[in-house]
Amino acid sequence: MTPLAAYLFLAALLFAVGLGGALARRNAIIVLIGIELMLNAANLNFIAFWRYGPNPEPLTGILFVLFSIGIAAAEAAVGLAIIMAVYRHYRTSNVDRITSLKG
Amino acid sequence: MSPWFYINALLIVGSAVAAMSLRNLVHCALSLAVTFAGLALAYLQLQAQFVGFAQVLVYVGAVAILIVFAILLTRGSETSPECILSPGWLWGVGIAALTFVVSGGAILSSKLLPAIQGEVPSATVRQIGDQLMTKYVLPLEVVGLLLTASLIGAVIIAMRQKEEGQ
Repeated sequence: MTPLAAYLFLAALLFAVGLGGALARRNAIIVLIGIELMLNAANLNFIAFWRYGPNPEPLTGILFVLFSIGIAAAEAAVGLAIIMAVYRHYRTSNVDRITSLKG
Repeated sequence: MSPWFYINALLIVGSAVAAMSLRNLVHCALSLAVTFAGLALAYLQLQAQFVGFAQVLVYVGAVAILIVFAILLTRGSETSPECILSPGWLWGVGIAALTFVVSGGAILSSKLLPAIQGEVPSATVRQIGDQLMTKYVLPLEVVGLLLTASLIGAVIIAMRQKEEGQ
């Protein structure tokens, strides 16, 4: 296995772990943690391709990941604020009990 | 591949699985911090020092702490006796496993992956700063605006109930 394939494989495994946690757990905070893991797997892919792929412009991969980290930080802040607002309203962070919009 | 890659990969995947499966939410957050630190180590192994340190500052420093605060403020640290998995958890795990099998199979069988390059692409902090101030100045400003707006929005969302109560 080449180094690039090994890093891509690691990122795919990390993505699958995050997706499984986000889909299977009940607590909203754990769902958010799973989403963070998936975003990190995407960042690892970017860096692996930057390091081992063809590079017409040597800085594109790095800057892409820096902007991606910034967006992920904004997403985490807003997501946790929404979880706190939902917790205040329903007195629970269990996503199965938040059923007001369920048909 | 060096043995360090396998040790680091084991650390990343093991702590990620722990973060997704432990019962106590505070333990989950601490495992998540270990995962982020392992990813920073992977970036350092890939010669992306700046991204590695940005990962430590943003994820290990800020996001993990934010998650710990959210856990404590929603009283998630008290372990409840009820099941931690949602009713359809088997579907979720199955979909995740299917995703891994499909993407992993695609990686292993791909003929398009480029061959190993000898030289490391150079990215010093000076070059990164230069590019951020010249070619990428508009995306940088947009990300700054987005971060400001989202942080103000987060504060407003989290405070709303209090204002109504007064």
